[in-house]
Amino acid sequence: MGARLRTGGIAAALVFLALVPAGAHLLDAPFYLKLVGRIMIWAMAALSLNLILGYGGMVSLGHAAFLGVGVYAVGILGAHGAHSGFIQWPVAVLASALAAAAIGAVSLRTSGVYFIMITLAFAQMLYFLGVSLKVYGGDDGMTLSARSQFGGLVDLDHPAALYYLIFALFVAFHYLGHRLVNSRFGLVLQGIRSNERRMRALGFPTFRYKLLAFVLSGVACGIAGVLLVNFTKYVSPAFMHWTRSGEIMVMVILGGMGSVVGPALGAALFLLLEEALSGYTASWPVIFGPVLILLVLFARGGIAGLLPAPRGAPRG
Amino acid sequence: MAEPLLETRDLVKSFGGVRATDHVSLTVLPGEIHAVIGPNGAGKTTLIGQLAGEIAPDAGTVLLAGADVTRLPVHARSALGLARSFQVTSIFGEFTALDNVALAVQAHAGHSFRLWRPARGEAVLREPARAALAAVGLAHRADAPAAHLAHGEQRQLEIAMALATRPRLLLLDEPMAGMAGTDSERMVDLLRGLKGGHTLVLVEHDMDAVFALADRISVLVYGRIIATGAPREIRANPEVEQAYLGEQDLLHA
Repeated sequence: MGARLRTGGIAAALVFLALVPAGAHLLDAPFYLKLVGRIMIWAMAALSLNLILGYGGMVSLGHAAFLGVGVYAVGILGAHGAHSGFIQWPVAVLASALAAAAIGAVSLRTSGVYFIMITLAFAQMLYFLGVSLKVYGGDDGMTLSARSQFGGLVDLDHPAALYYLIFALFVAFHYLGHRLVNSRFGLVLQGIRSNERRMRALGFPTFRYKLLAFVLSGVACGIAGVLLVNFTKYVSPAFMHWTRSGEIMVMVILGGMGSVVGPALGAALFLLLEEALSGYTASWPVIFGPVLILLVLFARGGIAGLLPAPRGAPRG
Repeated sequence: MAEPLLETRDLVKSFGGVRATDHVSLTVLPGEIHAVIGPNGAGKTTLIGQLAGEIAPDAGTVLLAGADVTRLPVHARSALGLARSFQVTSIFGEFTALDNVALAVQAHAGHSFRLWRPARGEAVLREPARAALAAVGLAHRADAPAAHLAHGEQRQLEIAMALATRPRLLLLDEPMAGMAGTDSERMVDLLRGLKGGHTLVLVEHDMDAVFALADRISVLVYGRIIATGAPREIRANPEVEQAYLGEQDLLHA
């Protein structure tokens, strides 16, 4: 019963998302296309963080660093005239994988508060690296001269085409995430979150599994960054600022840690609230803050915690 | 004498000025239940830590089936067939009982860098896990979240997890902890059922259980092993009696 309700909800959400471009066109309101596209991109970033935070119990406060790696990979290649997506995207994936492997290899030797601090420190290093890159706009950032080009395959300058690319990746990410967390690897990850010492005693070399999760998560976030820079046509170190990492984390917690659909729900609520409140008053964070606190206090397990649980998978 | 399955030679571990393990030489023979007893503060936990690989000794060696494992990490010792249970119940509370045991099976069924196939549908993991649950009498609780099990059931689950790794040696850290009455009787029966087919190192406070189960007993006092022998030899040993002064009732119960 709960499972059927859940499947129905997911199907309805997919139909809705698929129809947004048509609706925005009919209403002559391209704003909605942008809003939903933006929500999906941040949802992917939040989903990627959820893999290590929600499923792996690794509280990383530097996740926006990988968003930045994706953004800058496209931005820097573009600035040198390499606009082909077939070059930009693989480079972005490789760069975020390498960054995540390096940061993870060091950070994962610590735990608890130290892990939070060291991931934060790495992200801030990349942030200041971005600020210091005067050639690529430094503190102010720079405009992306052209979006990623895929020959005649897809034209990202066309808003609906860009939207559907984001949508396709959004759906793919969630399907991959669903497979991953229920696989052997996914169960190991959740076992580590629950009791790492026990996992080692059972015979799992836990560090390797955590590192792979960290790299997968970094790559996924890097891809979200690639979409983000194509979406905004803007490269800026602001995407890597620690407050961005914090926002991504809030989205995950709000939506529900350790739930596949949670981060998307959290991202939607976060950005919609921000949108609604900022249209109302300039000092919207004064309202936004308490609302977040109340939501976290009274909806433990996030929004996803209020939904019917999938069968055979007790929630963590 | 058969080749010992587990052996320590002159194991030493100090914390600051306290010598928690003082030249401990211990042999565990295949198929025996070897109990390690000792008053509080005797260094039992430190010794277990060194056997399992969580604590590195200052000196001495640990041999598992003749191979030197002194410097091997916990997971590598597990791969060689050393399984353990914990003094404080150590399970995955949000998983079902069956998931807990299946994870233990998975730990010894090749690597787990498999990211696609749903693990809960894999018969090679679920069937042995069900068998291990049945072996400890928990088959009917397979789908209950582990956190919802009664304390005694959680202790049984721990044993099932250790068994599911098909270990050559089981290291049980106070399996009776926090149990009373029928629960501890059931655990004694369960452990007695393992006798012969498994080799057990049993660290335990419950003297009734120890004397009912153990083939041999080693007595640890202030980090040193003061006696090793069959239960009746240990009972008759004046040094042991001295160490347990005030607790003789336990020994002669």
